[in-house]
Amino acid sequence: MWTRFKKNFGLTAIALPGLIWFILFSYLPLIGIVIAFKDYRISGGFFESLLSSEWVGFENFKFMFATNDAKIMVRNTLLYNVFFIVINIAVPLFIAIMISELLNKQGAKAYQTMIFFPYFLSWVVVSYFVWAFLSPDRGLINRLLESLGMDGVSWYSEKKYWPFFLTFFNTWKNLGYNIVIYLATIVGIDRTYYEAASLDGASKWQQVKHITLPQLRSLVAVLFLMAIGKVFNSDFGLFYQVPRNSGALFPVTQTVDTYVYRTFRVIGDIGMSSAAAAFQSIVGLVFILVANYVIRKIDRESALF
Amino acid sequence: MKRQKKRHYLDISEGTNVLFNIILIILSILAVVPFIFVVIISFSDEASIVSKGYSFVPERWSLYAYKYILENGADILHSYGISLIITIVGTLIGLALIATYAYVISRSTYPYKNFFTIVALIPMLFSGGLVGNYLVVARLLNLKNSIWVLILPLAMSPFYVFVLKSFYRTSIPDAIIESARIDGASELRTFLSIVLPISKAGLATIGLFLTLGYWNDWYNAMLYIDEQALIPIQYMLIRIENNINFLSQLSSQQGIVSEVTRNLPSETVRMAIVVLTVTPIACVYPFFQKYFVGGLTLGAVKE
Repeated sequence: MWTRFKKNFGLTAIALPGLIWFILFSYLPLIGIVIAFKDYRISGGFFESLLSSEWVGFENFKFMFATNDAKIMVRNTLLYNVFFIVINIAVPLFIAIMISELLNKQGAKAYQTMIFFPYFLSWVVVSYFVWAFLSPDRGLINRLLESLGMDGVSWYSEKKYWPFFLTFFNTWKNLGYNIVIYLATIVGIDRTYYEAASLDGASKWQQVKHITLPQLRSLVAVLFLMAIGKVFNSDFGLFYQVPRNSGALFPVTQTVDTYVYRTFRVIGDIGMSSAAAAFQSIVGLVFILVANYVIRKIDRESALF
Repeated sequence: MKRQKKRHYLDISEGTNVLFNIILIILSILAVVPFIFVVIISFSDEASIVSKGYSFVPERWSLYAYKYILENGADILHSYGISLIITIVGTLIGLALIATYAYVISRSTYPYKNFFTIVALIPMLFSGGLVGNYLVVARLLNLKNSIWVLILPLAMSPFYVFVLKSFYRTSIPDAIIESARIDGASELRTFLSIVLPISKAGLATIGLFLTLGYWNDWYNAMLYIDEQALIPIQYMLIRIENNINFLSQLSSQQGIVSEVTRNLPSETVRMAIVVLTVTPIACVYPFFQKYFVGGLTLGAVKE
């Protein structure tokens, strides 16, 4: 065994810096899960505090089943994800098919490049874009409303609009990325299928329905299940930056991630935030394992592991 | 009849093509117009914005915002510099870590490759969450208010490791490595002088992902940076927004416009900072788009 280790030492050494990174930035933070079951108090160094803090079992988790805040964040996270999953799978699918069928290939490339653009922006930048349209006194939308003789809306304190807004912004930003994923598969479909179908007199629509869509089925299944695995996570920037941290909007913008951030960094409650984060990690793991199991059943090749 | 013949039998009809083009043009416009709007605002005259609000056709154009940034915006330019530094240094460090780690797990003859693969796989499934990360980075590693906190946590990601591993698997034949070994080259030498040069396309893809991640990062700065001298441009935008929110609440409560409010960047200057933040990406990405696409496609390739 020792000789085997020595013989492979060269390669092991090459992987060492990466291994150290994983230990520091992926494995040590798992202590956060342990902290969720402790009454964490700072006393001395990092490990000292961890060891001297008392175990409290599920004490930190109680609020999740008792408070209204917890119910709201869980509801929001799940509901937004349901909408996002359906839209982010269905809309890009049709647009990718449109792009692949265009007669003017130059146009197809240009459209794809433009639609991809928002994906490369940060949510902070997007929040400024949104502000240019929704700012109550300067924004384009209110100015249009006023020029039509209507009253402006103070968008950042009217929560009823935001479920639609957030869904729209999320679709807007991710559309290009999802199109690329579909196009990669569509381009890879064997052209002879279409030629054969066309010789048999199949119309273009029939070709799409009976060749393209079935070829994309396993990709759709994989995307769907991967998304299910992350159903308890949310895009922090979308829910925190874009609504400008507006308190009036919390009932429709609070998700598990913004809740964890706010309780930890603003209120400083380590117990509640670590419990929510641990809950998210554990539920996330269960969902991923189940999703992966189902993917394996459908299409072994596509499974994550 | 002639038109019919010209059409390829696999193509959609002209009418459908027009319809598809219209839909795609609308989507393309939606995708880029917000940025164009912000560019226009940044070149608008401040006074016309105060009186008429943001507009696609400002009453008067002005270069004021950009002049202001050049002349008085030392801290803005400084933040820009910080973003550049973390992007360049981070991308290089990240590439070094990912390229080496992915190479080792791509070697089919390496006996510990399963161990190293699992080490990279587990973080994809399970994470310690915000609290765990914060305590390790801030309290154990003491990286708060250090430039490294903006670099190290983003340097690696299991996803990039697996993308590059797929790339090595598909583009580096075992025979090349075998022959280098027979010639007596060490593992490190084989990696540096044979593997790296033929992996340029894969490295470019990962490098671009990293560059984008660093340039667009504000989350780590928001968590760990208080010091003015270390604020990257994305976080600068957040701070400006927070200060304005705070002061507008304050002045509306007290009915005064304080001296501080006047010193804050004006509407056009804020939008000019946004433009300066987006411009490098907007200029570069159309040329590198194929690498992104290549990377995303590679991610889907299983061994």
